[in-house]
Amino acid sequence: MHDDTTRPLPFPALRRRGFLAATGAGTLALAGCGGGSGSDDGGGGGSPKKGGRLRAAFAGGGASETLDPHLANLFADVARAKALFDKLADYGADLSARPRLAEKWEPDKALDRWRITLREATFHDGRPVTARDVLYSYRRIADPKRAFRAKASLEPIDLDASRATGARTLEFVLKRPTAEFPNVLAAFGAYIVPEGATGFDTAPVGSGPFRFVSFTPGRSAVFRRYDGYWEGAPHLDEVEFLVANEESARINALLGGQIEYAHELNPTTARAHENEGRIGIVRLRGSAMQAFCMKTDRPPFDDPRVRRAFFLIADRRELVEGALSGAGEVGNDLFGKGYEYYAGGLPQREQDLGRARALLRQAGAEDLKVTLDTSPVAAGFTEAAGIFRDQAKKAGVTVEVRTGSKDSYWSDILDNGTLCCYRSGAMPIEAHLSQRLLTDSSTNATQWRHKDFDALYQQAQSTRDRTGRAAVYERMQRRLHAEGGFLIWGFADWIIGTARTVRGVGTEAPANTLDWARFDKVWLA
Amino acid sequence: MSGLRSFVVRRLLLGALQTVAVVLLVFALTEALPGDAAVALAGDQPDPARVAAIREAMRLDRPAWERLADWAAGLLHGDLGTSLVSGRPVSQYLADGFGPTLLLATLTVALLVPAGFGLGVLAARYAGRAADRLISSVTLAVYAVPEFALGVLLVTVFALRLGWLPPTAVGYGTDLLAHPAALVLPVLVLLSRPVCSLVRLVRAGMIDALASPHVAQARRYGVSGARLRYTHALPGALAPAAQQLARTVDWLLCGVVVVEALFVIPGLGTVLLGAVAERDVPVVQGLAVVFGVLTVVLNLGADLVAHRLAPRAGVAA
Repeated sequence: MHDDTTRPLPFPALRRRGFLAATGAGTLALAGCGGGSGSDDGGGGGSPKKGGRLRAAFAGGGASETLDPHLANLFADVARAKALFDKLADYGADLSARPRLAEKWEPDKALDRWRITLREATFHDGRPVTARDVLYSYRRIADPKRAFRAKASLEPIDLDASRATGARTLEFVLKRPTAEFPNVLAAFGAYIVPEGATGFDTAPVGSGPFRFVSFTPGRSAVFRRYDGYWEGAPHLDEVEFLVANEESARINALLGGQIEYAHELNPTTARAHENEGRIGIVRLRGSAMQAFCMKTDRPPFDDPRVRRAFFLIADRRELVEGALSGAGEVGNDLFGKGYEYYAGGLPQREQDLGRARALLRQAGAEDLKVTLDTSPVAAGFTEAAGIFRDQAKKAGVTVEVRTGSKDSYWSDILDNGTLCCYRSGAMPIEAHLSQRLLTDSSTNATQWRHKDFDALYQQAQSTRDRTGRAAVYERMQRRLHAEGGFLIWGFADWIIGTARTVRGVGTEAPANTLDWARFDKVWLA
Repeated sequence: MSGLRSFVVRRLLLGALQTVAVVLLVFALTEALPGDAAVALAGDQPDPARVAAIREAMRLDRPAWERLADWAAGLLHGDLGTSLVSGRPVSQYLADGFGPTLLLATLTVALLVPAGFGLGVLAARYAGRAADRLISSVTLAVYAVPEFALGVLLVTVFALRLGWLPPTAVGYGTDLLAHPAALVLPVLVLLSRPVCSLVRLVRAGMIDALASPHVAQARRYGVSGARLRYTHALPGALAPAAQQLARTVDWLLCGVVVVEALFVIPGLGTVLLGAVAERDVPVVQGLAVVFGVLTVVLNLGADLVAHRLAPRAGVAA
């Protein structure tokens, strides 16, 4: 590489742990789904106090880290990116899009042209955020020569035809009707940077609540309050993002007073400290989807009866207790429990070994042997595989567990094998459908390809009326619940530790949503 | 002395060959690992088109030998290449990681040498008596404790229960020296096992040497006890100890992953771990070069010291 004079793109930002970010390990608040009041005081109340520095430790970073928001991939990357930058929209606790830099959006009748009005906001150098900055940012993300993660999310936009109609207004022209277009504006990594910005590691300028002070890759990033933030200046003077990959180091640093916020703790750690009073434990409930993926295009899972039998083999409670140490809730083979459009009315599936055996017999699949791919790539994967193997045995199915490399796991299981462990972070149900369950989806790990299912998705995207859309999504989810390839057995809590002085940490905030890892509303008592 | 010089030259040439072999082996092994930097980068979004685009942008679509040749050509000009993942120079990765590693290694060795030799000589002097038995059993026991367990134990007791020391060095990454208290526990953990092996080696070497004919001869000439121990017996015991010390220094400099992770000290071990996981081949190779050279130089140094102290055990290699 030494002769590379004009290397087009560094790819920082991609470390191990955090692949979790978009798909991996989300987090969700929604404990009681919908029961929440939306209050975001994480323990303790009182009126916000100004000042102070909060130190937050995340896993994931390394010497290759970058502050380029479009390269964000890990939780640590996103936490830093959202402190420095804004998106046009972001996700609420139910994963519906909420306006951010975009003040409002209006589709035309056909839902394939959207007029966006930006709010009055300024970058840290005082320049206003304009429609040209938005177009520049989106075109940078969509550059075919660079493989930015958000590129796939922006695919519906025809960026050549889209244009600025004023300083703060623009019109997006879409390739097809997209009723859920605001989800695109909130997409993972779709941050707005100033027009022309290319380097982000020495003095990045954004429009976010904090401005850049210093950055040492893999070690620390210090940001200072931006007084001109459009939503009001943060309470904190400064926030410092630190990297500590070992969970034991994060909890020790928190207990020892070296940090005030520890992201991603183990369930056992949380239990040990939950009522001790030394630190606060915040559980962002029901967030990371936990599943087994059945490849529906090949034996034995090309027979829907076998898939239904596997649905009935799983003892979900036991999986949650064993693989997640109880820190989670059971799933019902549908993604997005508690999110907007979730088909919550379908009956909870329970283990039924008798019916499972009968279905397997009907399918001629007695004495079935399958290989279950797993890997230490995510917490609980290998444990879940072992537990499911034992459950399957009771239904006469021999499951052989095969443990693969964690660095290439997601790529290995995409097209290979028949059954694998899977997980996903928070994203709208619509995004889950479009990224994983359409004929041309880029990561269709269950190989679910049905023209009529694709047509339903298009129908939903062409339906202006929200209730009408909900009905279509419900039909799609009924089908997946009956015979889909995702055996979704649980949703893991995401666990955060805070010092006792920390207030204002969002508790109903799945990872990847607006209020998760959000520090402009946090203060130190 | 010319014999010694040709020995040094031969060893250096051999060392260069060994380093080349290590680098080739590391390259081959990294290539053999499942997945490449593009796959690792794509993570849980392994959209084949995106992986292909990343691969092309990283120029990983070229044959392996071509990438290796490119990298080697750069090396001849002193250029270690750039990271596939970040595009930053590999030399910067090494420089950033080397500071904390060197600091830890220096402190550890500075304490290891007096402690190891002192306790070893003490144990040998009182061989078979209470002091020796105490030193021998404690060193054996400590040696048996894995670093990770010892680290967790020390943090729990001295940092979390007693609150005497900070539990980690998180946030001090760039300026460890300004926070000496944060270095106490990591250095203790690093020290624990090497000091035990060194003490036992010095003790055994001293006892052997004290029983050897040349010391017996010296004793017959009426050489006093202390002089006997320090000028006649100790040098004999130093030769194996010097080699052990070289291995320890090598271990300390080539990245102590467990201690770095436990105490959040971003040294070379952390860089290595990250680079392998990211399949960042140029960074891994850069580390292989550095580690190879360090190992060769340290072992050569140890052999020379051993040669000087005990010529007959010498330079047979």
